[in-house]
Amino acid sequence: MIHATALTKTFTTGKRTVEAVRGLDLHVAAGEIVGFLGPNGAGKSTSLRMFTTLLKPTSGTATVAGYDLVAEPAEVRRRIGYVPQGNTVAPIAQVGEELELQARLYGMSRAEARDRVAETLRALDLTGVEARPAAALSGGQRRRVDLAMGLLHNPRLLFLDEPTTGLDPQSRANLWDHVRRLRDREGVTVFLTTHYLDEADALCDRILIIDHGRVVTEGTPADLKAELGPSATLDDVFLHVTGRELRESTAA
Amino acid sequence: MTALILARHYLRATYRSKLSVLFSAIQPIMFLVLFGPLFARSGVGSWDVLVPGLLVQLTLMSAGLAGFGIFIDQRFGVLERLRVTPAGRTALLLGRVLRDVVVLLVQAALLLAIGFVLGLRAPLAGLLLGLALLVVLAIGLASLSYAIALVMPDELFPPVASTAVVPLMLLSGALLPMSLAPPWLDVLSRLTPFRYVVEALRAFFAGSYGGAAVAWGMLAGLAFLVIGVALGTRVFHRENA
Ligand SMILES: Nc1ncnc2c1ncn2[C@@H]1O[C@H](COP(=O)(O)OP(=O)(O)O)[C@@H](O)[C@H]1O
Ligand SMILES: [Mg+2]
Repeated sequence: MIHATALTKTFTTGKRTVEAVRGLDLHVAAGEIVGFLGPNGAGKSTSLRMFTTLLKPTSGTATVAGYDLVAEPAEVRRRIGYVPQGNTVAPIAQVGEELELQARLYGMSRAEARDRVAETLRALDLTGVEARPAAALSGGQRRRVDLAMGLLHNPRLLFLDEPTTGLDPQSRANLWDHVRRLRDREGVTVFLTTHYLDEADALCDRILIIDHGRVVTEGTPADLKAELGPSATLDDVFLHVTGRELRESTAA
Repeated sequence: MTALILARHYLRATYRSKLSVLFSAIQPIMFLVLFGPLFARSGVGSWDVLVPGLLVQLTLMSAGLAGFGIFIDQRFGVLERLRVTPAGRTALLLGRVLRDVVVLLVQAALLLAIGFVLGLRAPLAGLLLGLALLVVLAIGLASLSYAIALVMPDELFPPVASTAVVPLMLLSGALLPMSLAPPWLDVLSRLTPFRYVVEALRAFFAGSYGGAAVAWGMLAGLAFLVIGVALGTRVFHRENA
């Protein structure tokens, strides 16, 4: 579903250059849930923004959902869903209208869009929020609206950037359930970033740990832990490969 | 098609905040009501000279400041959300511009209605041609406004844009005809496209449809449209816009 070779992204602002991603090689198979784990500033969001056609790679190549990122971005866009790290709806905007617009931009008719929005809201336990402005929703509801935006067109490949950051434990668990259901019932491939090691451990088939724009280690949660000894946790793995505690590195 | 879907969406939201439509038209309306009666008795000209100028002022304040509206969308990730859909980049721009044009037409109709109450008289054909030229100008202005808003640092655009429209409006001869200006001001004014549009509108309102003023006004309007849309499209096609 995702094949990237030597993908890099360098930002230049004035005289400063930041090598946000330096040579990313990765392969994600259909139906996998892959976690992209790393401290703040490691290059997770930048990678996702390249995979979702929002940023052009500085160098390297990638195919996403079967299409070349740079040559055929429109084909990629049709097939992927993306839930960014931040919001997707302005506070004063009406949730239902925004969702309907999003559905229509994927080619649905007005009637199809309305049905699909209702269906998606039901699946995410959001029925009744349509007529409300986003500002009137709780944090958890708002995050689920962001998720709904990425799911309306039934993408086969879903990118989630820190989907549960800032949510209470209950909402987090619900969101995990939903992601698992998407994969188990519909075979959706999920590529997600997270701060939470327990989330990666519980949800992902495979984990890539990224630091300073490079993948420093990868494997199944079990393999990564086994390498360090019988009682190791993912926290230990993280500390081992990045030299930092994840919570420390993200506290700032 | 995509542009129409977007325009309809934006218009729905605009309809909910009707007051904002009135608000961006308030300056020309105040000029019309509080300055118009003076102007009409000044001997310089009558309502059919002033109202065309105020319509161009309105276009500068309404379509010209359209870029203000994109910040919220940028800040709250709305722009990025639209950009991951297969919607064409040009459509993403034109959808907004279309909404701005409809808003401008509503505002212009309001301005004209008040003008008629105060004493404006102009032929229907002239009014319709004038509005058509305003639409051409507005498409260029709004596109340019979005392009500049996206390229400029966030904190700079609002003061720069709202300051820039003042000299542009004054140089267009919107409030007093540039025929009264000293040579240096006249030359400066000829360097802005808005002067030609104001003069074409005045010709239209006077029932004259074939003269040089009309030709220059249409040329300036169309040139502005082409440049504005070209720049706007370029910026919307860039990454990160
Ligand atoms: N648009 C940008 N312009 C300049 N630098 C950026 C931009 N986006 C991200 N960066 C920098 O790139 C690095 C990686 O950022 P990011 O991908 O957001 O990290 P993460 O999502 O892992 O926290 C950081 O140093 C960040 O400051
Ligand atoms: Mg990030």
